Amino acid sequence: MTQPRTMRRVLAAAVAAGALLITAACSSGGTPAGSASASASGSATDWDETGPIVYAQGKDTSGNLKDKVDEWNKANPNEKVTFRELSDSADEQRAEFIKRGQSKSGEFTVMSVDVVWTAEFAANGWLTELPSDKFDTTGYLAAAVDSATYFNKLYAMPSTSDGALLYYRKDLLDKAGVQPPKTWAEMQSICDKILPDQSGMSCYGGQFQKYEGLTCNFAEAVNSAGGAVLGDDGKPTVNSAEAVAGLQWMVDGFKSGMIPKEAITWKEEESRTAFQSGKILFLRNWPYVWNLASAKDSKVAGKIAVAPIPGKDGPGVSTLGGHSYGISPFAKNKGTAMKWINWMLTEDNQKKWLQTASSAPVLESLYSDAELNKQFPYLATLGESIKNAKPRPKAVKYGDVTLAIQDAAYAALQGQSEPQAALDGLQTKLQSLVS
Amino acid sequence: MVADSPATTKNKKKNPLSDGQGSLAALLISPTMVVILFVVGIPILMSIRESVFRKNEGVDPNTGMVAQGETFVGLQNFTDIFNNPTVVPGNWGQIDRLLNAFLNTTWFTVVCVVLETVLGVAMALIMAKAFKGQGLVRAAILVPWAIPTIVSAKMWGLIFDADGVMNKIIGQQILWLADGPQSQWAIIIADVWKTAPFIGLLTLAGLQTIPAEVYEAAKVDGASAWQQFTRITLPMVKPALVVAVLFRTLDTMRMFDLPAGMIGFGKYYVETVSTLAYVENNNLRYGPAAAYSIILFLYIVFVAFLFVKLLGADVVGDEELKAIQAQRKRQKAAAKAAGSKPQLAKTTVTSGSAAS
Amino acid sequence: MTAAQAHVTKAELAELNKPKRDGKYWAGTIAGLAGIAFIIIYCVLPFYWMIVSSLRLPSDGRSTDYLPNPASVENYIAVFAPINGFGRSLVNSLIVSTTTTVLTLLFGILAAYALARLRFAAKGIVLSIIIACSMFPGITLIIPLFKLFSGNYPGFEWINWMNTYQALIIPTLSFGLPLCVWNLTAFFRQLPVELEQAAMVDGCTPGQAFAKVILPLAAPGVFTTAIITFIAVWNDYMIALQFGTTPEMYTSIVALSKFTGAYGYDTPWGTIMAAGVIITVPLLVAVLIFQRRIVAGLTAGGVK
Repeated sequence: MTQPRTMRRVLAAAVAAGALLITAACSSGGTPAGSASASASGSATDWDETGPIVYAQGKDTSGNLKDKVDEWNKANPNEKVTFRELSDSADEQRAEFIKRGQSKSGEFTVMSVDVVWTAEFAANGWLTELPSDKFDTTGYLAAAVDSATYFNKLYAMPSTSDGALLYYRKDLLDKAGVQPPKTWAEMQSICDKILPDQSGMSCYGGQFQKYEGLTCNFAEAVNSAGGAVLGDDGKPTVNSAEAVAGLQWMVDGFKSGMIPKEAITWKEEESRTAFQSGKILFLRNWPYVWNLASAKDSKVAGKIAVAPIPGKDGPGVSTLGGHSYGISPFAKNKGTAMKWINWMLTEDNQKKWLQTASSAPVLESLYSDAELNKQFPYLATLGESIKNAKPRPKAVKYGDVTLAIQDAAYAALQGQSEPQAALDGLQTKLQSLVS
Repeated sequence: MVADSPATTKNKKKNPLSDGQGSLAALLISPTMVVILFVVGIPILMSIRESVFRKNEGVDPNTGMVAQGETFVGLQNFTDIFNNPTVVPGNWGQIDRLLNAFLNTTWFTVVCVVLETVLGVAMALIMAKAFKGQGLVRAAILVPWAIPTIVSAKMWGLIFDADGVMNKIIGQQILWLADGPQSQWAIIIADVWKTAPFIGLLTLAGLQTIPAEVYEAAKVDGASAWQQFTRITLPMVKPALVVAVLFRTLDTMRMFDLPAGMIGFGKYYVETVSTLAYVENNNLRYGPAAAYSIILFLYIVFVAFLFVKLLGADVVGDEELKAIQAQRKRQKAAAKAAGSKPQLAKTTVTSGSAAS
Repeated sequence: MTAAQAHVTKAELAELNKPKRDGKYWAGTIAGLAGIAFIIIYCVLPFYWMIVSSLRLPSDGRSTDYLPNPASVENYIAVFAPINGFGRSLVNSLIVSTTTTVLTLLFGILAAYALARLRFAAKGIVLSIIIACSMFPGITLIIPLFKLFSGNYPGFEWINWMNTYQALIIPTLSFGLPLCVWNLTAFFRQLPVELEQAAMVDGCTPGQAFAKVILPLAAPGVFTTAIITFIAVWNDYMIALQFGTTPEMYTSIVALSKFTGAYGYDTPWGTIMAAGVIITVPLLVAVLIFQRRIVAGLTAGGVK
């Protein structure tokens, strides 16, 4: 039942497509490859030019940014800010910014840049260097400023910060008469004490699905064991004995059942739900959990408290999260952009922003503010967490770096490779990625 | 020969009044072709150009700035799979990422299409036999087809949650959404669910064109049910089924929404060539991304070609073209006296079956 | 499957109480009914789960109760909360799908008629190109089109079309048009050429024959093609995601994929499922009303 003629027709289709391709190759021969004309840094930036600007950030889940923009626009009718709301997904936000950077589009004047994108955006010339006489970072969290810095130059103005917290069941710990743990060993012994009386409860949970959250959890384990993904000189040190010990702790946790098996599929929400339904005693998560777990419909409302995350031999080291404001070098009206950013970051506005949007501020002093601490009982602990926090690896190819980290950690957690071997492989990969 | 001439004469008879309508045809076709040139042709050219370039990646050690512009790299984006593999852990061992995605794509295509076809044909047989409830079944069967893939991806994502209803029903905790072999099955189940009914529907239509007398005659001759199925049903629905399977195959090879919406990116067990190209594009490697999508396209063309050659899928189904080609062949055969006989014989068989 | 087996045994019991017609007859009927039941359950059960999940309280998003407990329409209200902009996105979907369908029909009917009826030299090539188009992976088209539409192609800077309807509509033609031409060609081929010939013998030009004879006859086919194209465009994700990047230009599919809850990290399963139901139900209703047509269209059954 062969059909040579029909076959021939499909061949013809292929040939037709092929012919198109050939013309393509010819016609494009004369087009010069995108010539380099970026003058992102180094050249003089016009900080006096004012006029309407566009501010782009991810989904405004609090819904309060619009009011903020209106407030500014009322006071500055000639320098109106248009808010361009992007997707909630960090990957999609990054893709939007990259597209505009690649095409040298100045559509977005000010961008809300995730801390891990700074290196990539700055190195590609998609961020304007911010001079210290126009942008004052005095009193800011050192880690936040560091994460917005690339090659000793500030490329973005930290706007919000984020750090990990250890949520725990205060009711159960109180009943057992123990204090929240400072080390992994303490946490284990508390669990050994409490869990026998709690059916279906495991000890600890975090975010171990293969995504950015795993990178955060892995980096925390490594840093908390005294290791580092990248050393101070920016060279990979991820197969050091300390780093291996960090990963080993996570792997052992899965093996011993300290971490429930299903946690390998957990992101933030899954782990929060597990904590709220009494499946785990300790939860590593971001500050957003507090309000939800304390809400009226939560089963654990009033039974929880927070502590800094534990480490191997002492307090743990959190991974730093957060965003900063960056200015596109291709956009007009950088003067207005500067004014808008500095206005958004006044102490008063940061305070209000924490109150209305529950975003952690970047001004260190606010963490000890009595009024705010009353409203946000976790604030002091969070401040402590962020003060000790370390940024994730600064890399131009951050997308590749984080994927390589996830590959190695995930394989080890699933028992497909031994921690030492996984991290040796990761070390080799990182050496070629971070050069 | 016998079957050829009727086909030709039939065609001649078919269009006696439209001969010499080339300019009218050009007028009617050109709007479509212009649109296709703009929305497909030109983007393809741009992609091809992209695929032989690579964005510069070097970082200046003093300023930290990335070198701008692109470099012409020839076919390097295509040959890196052999010369400079990016090794990743997946279902197929430690192999190059593109190769892994390629194998996943192939694996998904084979498993999904086989399951869909078997299930779809079974559904069609049931529906054809049913006296009651046909309308209801047909309504039910269109439900999966009408649900947008991305909605179905989210829906199955919820069903396959670690604490989801699927695990509740089967009574054990399978971590469907973790990056492992089980996630491949999550994808396969969701894809088969959505498309098996579609194949069933097309097969049913094929079944309904078979006259009942044929079966009655077979029964009289003492054919068993299985014999009836293999000797009558399958050959009769084959043309419709093969085309349906071909289009399903090509569609599965491009699979994007389901792994992207349900499991996510960068999961090597479910990474297809489409999602890999998307990820590479997002990582600013436009050259490799374009190269991968071209590889996928060539692969698809190759598979379509195989289908036509091995299974005789009559994709175009145009009688006139068949007739023209048959005529050309006969002319060639006449010119070349020797060695043309087997070719001619083949031709006769095909047009015979295609005419049916 | 267990349900189907239970069905058999129950029916077998019933069989004992009934006057025997013929053992084989009953076995066949029962197997048929069981099969029918299986197909219906298979097709509808996951969809049922979507409906059930959408009728829970938003905070019960990942519950596994087989019935919503308590039942609530809060998710449906949340879908239309201003923050999600879902109503606007439905309008966008309608505009894009309708325009694309109308355009593809306009172009497609002409091309399909020529392909099905007229004789011309390049027919093989045209058909081949159209097949090749339908094979092309969408991801390849999107990358360069983005560069073009964002006004960054030398000489074509005036094409600054991001977040416009034309940017959403034009790329969808890349799969809508081949699909449409394909279906219509199949339809036109099935119409008896004799009718047309008769018309032309009566003095009609091919154009008149087409307009007066073929088009009315092909109306069911055109209609079916319209529905199939409409659904294909309505369900498109990749193109809509790429060229509509602001909430005002999301189509309903994209809006659904970007739903967020009241706080970061939240995946509002209930709301997503409710939106899924809202998007799917009109399609389902249309499909059910026109099911015969669609089945005929999908199989190019045409006139009988």
